[in-house]
Amino acid sequence: MTKGERRNLRNGLLFVSPWIFGIGFFILYPVLSSLYHSFCDYSVLEPPVFIGLTNYTDLARDAVFWKSLWNTFFYAFFAIPLGLLIALTLALLLNTKIRGLAAYRTIFFLPSLVPIVAMAMLWMWIFNGQYGVLNYFLSLLGIRAPAWLMNVHWSKPALIIMSFWAIGYSMVIFLAGLQDVPVSLYESAEIDGANFLQKIRHVTIPMISPVILFNVIMGIIFTFQIFARPYIMTPGPGGPARSTTFYTLYLFQTAFEDLRMGYASAMAWILFLIILGLTLLAIRSSRNRVYYAGAR
Amino acid sequence: MKQSKGLAKLVVHLVLLCGSVTFLFPLLWMISTSLKPIEQTMVMPPQWIPKAYYAVVDGERIRVKKLFQLDRPFLIVRVTEGERKGENHFIPAEDYSDGQAAIEERVSDRVERIKVPAAIVKEAPEGWWYVVQKFEKQYATEKLKWDCKAEEEIESKVHLYFNNYSEALEYIPFFTYAKNTLIICILGVLGAVLANSIVAYGFSRIEWKGRDLFFILTLATMMIPFPVTMIPLFATFRRLGWIGTLKPLWVPAFFGHAFNIFLLRQFYLTIPRDLSDAARIDGCSEFAIFRRVILPLSTKALAVVALFHFIYAWNNFMGPLLYLTRQKTFTLSLGLQFYQSQQGGSEWHYLMVASTVVVIPIVILFFFTQKTFIQGIATTGTKE
Repeated sequence: MTKGERRNLRNGLLFVSPWIFGIGFFILYPVLSSLYHSFCDYSVLEPPVFIGLTNYTDLARDAVFWKSLWNTFFYAFFAIPLGLLIALTLALLLNTKIRGLAAYRTIFFLPSLVPIVAMAMLWMWIFNGQYGVLNYFLSLLGIRAPAWLMNVHWSKPALIIMSFWAIGYSMVIFLAGLQDVPVSLYESAEIDGANFLQKIRHVTIPMISPVILFNVIMGIIFTFQIFARPYIMTPGPGGPARSTTFYTLYLFQTAFEDLRMGYASAMAWILFLIILGLTLLAIRSSRNRVYYAGAR
Repeated sequence: MKQSKGLAKLVVHLVLLCGSVTFLFPLLWMISTSLKPIEQTMVMPPQWIPKAYYAVVDGERIRVKKLFQLDRPFLIVRVTEGERKGENHFIPAEDYSDGQAAIEERVSDRVERIKVPAAIVKEAPEGWWYVVQKFEKQYATEKLKWDCKAEEEIESKVHLYFNNYSEALEYIPFFTYAKNTLIICILGVLGAVLANSIVAYGFSRIEWKGRDLFFILTLATMMIPFPVTMIPLFATFRRLGWIGTLKPLWVPAFFGHAFNIFLLRQFYLTIPRDLSDAARIDGCSEFAIFRRVILPLSTKALAVVALFHFIYAWNNFMGPLLYLTRQKTFTLSLGLQFYQSQQGGSEWHYLMVASTVVVIPIVILFFFTQKTFIQGIATTGTKE
């Protein structure tokens, strides 16, 4: 190692030193101790006691655990693809060199800024069974709507509908991706006689595929951790007949209400593996479909 | 061809306009509800605009509130004999027959129904409103005037009940919550800008052994869901005696965050190398280059980091829920949820006041920083 290299190493480490401490203290240490806790009986008030795989085998027999897993997958299965479809549609419409683009973009983005607690309260009011404005609109169409959050079958769809309101971040990212697509590609497609839909199918989608993948991955990471909305909007153990006991909500209840921190740690690791697995799946299945302009 | 383009544009505008109405409506509904008295929130069909009502009661035009709409015919009767002679009563039409009205009488703590001779003063068919005198202050001691009125007899004027906002202050200690939230936001922003700008420099402007490996590890940490680190972090903060204080919510910002490091590193990489090399030849130390060359060129990227952190800290709910235990230390988000869970959720006008109060500052901030903000988000998704 030359003198210059040594100096650079020293300087580099000096600059990243806050993060060395940060990653160690706030991430690596917690991750490892959480892994260890997942094999322990642990209440935080007393030191953990090693119990092997018991937490995991107990989870396999825990009906609420499976229910929460089902709820979360059900929610993600609809919320992620439909939300992205809405975001992409809006971005495509905004990308038509239309007048008033900035105003429209602001309007569609605004709801995404609403703090989660305010959003939850607002939508509880909108979904209200008696005086809710949504059911009023539906009654105009002759639909006798359910009491949404109080209804076993409609509490999850209600949360899915609400999630469509806050798709602003993915819309802005889509729009940026769309604006990076070279105009020349559309022009040559037009010369070849491509219509609007063909242009989207054969030019737009391939060109923004990295952005789509990014949004899918972000969607997976955030959606599987949904917590605040069901916690606030369906108080108690998690909605009517546990229909909104989402994974992280159950994890929180196990850890901080029942003080079963070891059990909750095991749940956290399973969640980690699920998110990791789905992300890798998304990357793998897109391998031949994602086009990176800079890659060879 | 040209005509069809014009038509297509029109359709796009139409769709976007419909979309805009749908997206804006919940926010407008929140504000509208926050400016209504409670009785105007509980009506079907919903009342879109807050109003004040006036009607002539006992020969005098007074401000009234529409308490409820009659769902069947009612009567106003006046007692003609006995010790209650001269009293007016409001009874369902079926409770009156042969000059006798069944009225309720309070006997110590019970309510009994008695029959008294009475004459009809007014017939109020189904669909009319039962109106009561409305006072600005709730605690008026005088006897309230009341009457039954047809819709056409009630005058209405648009009236925004801004006093909901001051009344909500009696239930929700907004200022304490806002102060705590601002402490977390400001200290957090300070930490985030300071730490991430320094760390990102180390990841982009200096070449050292192991740097890229460490950077990949850093990126990988973004995949870790919060529940994984949540419990050990809670245990650590508990050992430090930080539970119940604001510290767990801002101290970590001073040690950097993978996402912001990534964002700033990408930006630093776009600054030409020659600039630092020239400064180095002039004898500048690495820190001097960072401060005098790189930082002044990165104000925009730093603004993005500051904005993102501010909004994250303002909106954060799970963190405060985990770490804050006393109401004195609550943030706006946690405080509002606390109020909502306490009162059980029927005072929608106050809840919407609370929601509006949390939303407005963020919206104002967004309007002033819109360009930076939107560019910041766009960058995160497209620059990989």
